[in-house]
Amino acid sequence: MAKSITQEFVKGLWEEIPPFRLVLGLCPTLAVTKTIQDGIGMGVATTFVLVCSNVLVSALRNIIPSKVRIAAFIIIIATFVTVVELLMQAFTYPLFLSLGIFIPLIVVNCIVLGRAEAFASKNAIGHSLADGFGIGVGFTLALGALGAVREVFGSGTFWGAPIFGPSFEPFSFMIEAPGAFVCLGLMLCIMNLMGKK
Amino acid sequence: MGDYIVLAISCILVNNILLAQYLGNCPFLGTSKKMETAVGMAMAVVFVLVLAGVITWLLEAFILTPFKMEYLRTVAFILVIAALVQFVEMFLKKSIPALYAGLGIFLPLITTNCAVMGVCLINIKEEYTFMQALVASFAYAVGFGLALILFAGVRERILLARVPKPLQDTSIGLVTAGMLSLAFFAFKGMV
Repeated sequence: MAKSITQEFVKGLWEEIPPFRLVLGLCPTLAVTKTIQDGIGMGVATTFVLVCSNVLVSALRNIIPSKVRIAAFIIIIATFVTVVELLMQAFTYPLFLSLGIFIPLIVVNCIVLGRAEAFASKNAIGHSLADGFGIGVGFTLALGALGAVREVFGSGTFWGAPIFGPSFEPFSFMIEAPGAFVCLGLMLCIMNLMGKK
Repeated sequence: MGDYIVLAISCILVNNILLAQYLGNCPFLGTSKKMETAVGMAMAVVFVLVLAGVITWLLEAFILTPFKMEYLRTVAFILVIAALVQFVEMFLKKSIPALYAGLGIFLPLITTNCAVMGVCLINIKEEYTFMQALVASFAYAVGFGLALILFAGVRERILLARVPKPLQDTSIGLVTAGMLSLAFFAFKGMV
């Protein structure tokens, strides 16, 4: 447990990067990565919830009785999700529309509850903040990467700008549900190839 | 009556919750390694999803909308689902121990199953009437069970195949799910 705050942050970027190393939070990963913007928007929203809930859970860890801790964590997470939902509705309305029901569904994203239970409820505030931020940034990178692959092949654009000539026929399989599953499976395979210990 | 049948078919096959709406994928991959766990999870989901769909619809119609508290929907729904799961667990333990033994370990997992919360939100978003919400909740749950059990069958076969090392486990699981999803994709345009 003698890890420094920096180490807690860095582990989220590679060693424990969700959803590749920790196979959690698959639903948003598959659903909102049709384009890079959506992927990164979802990642940032999740990071915000993750950091806030980790800090609050860690601050209250000695007060919450262990029998009702899961319920208490869920309430804390749901509160922050509501905050994000209202903020996005006010400031990034197009993104709010394209993410749809997946914003309230951050509540049931297992990464957030998983970090609260496995890490923040046992560690000090500084470490929990670093952990939440690291995992959140890792998740954002993963969603961005998956979104980039799917957008480039599926619609022939990158961040909304066309990159192939007009003769490019979009590989629409990548935009639909089957492409999401296959693409994530192959990325997991590449991660396994690169990260063999 | 015909409308309800069309709705049910579209929820089970065309908009299959797992393979077309991307909801509930964590238990989909987590509990599909063995047929028994898949059947247990599927039954638990049908049970909870129908109850949750009905209760959250009533909550929305009679409490949140009249008092203009729609912004509390996320908090209210997750609380209802968590409480419901707890209640169902206690009720089954006391009254139907045989069913409890079968579903036992899967019930707590359902609280964080996004399929349940997702269907409740879809019911509200699509502005379904009470009967439509009931039919849709049941049909989505059946679709979940169907996809999960099919997938578990395929996965048991994969155990016998020689899969390259980096592709093993979750990775091949996802690719297989993609193929299954492609099969369900063919139902598009049916309704």
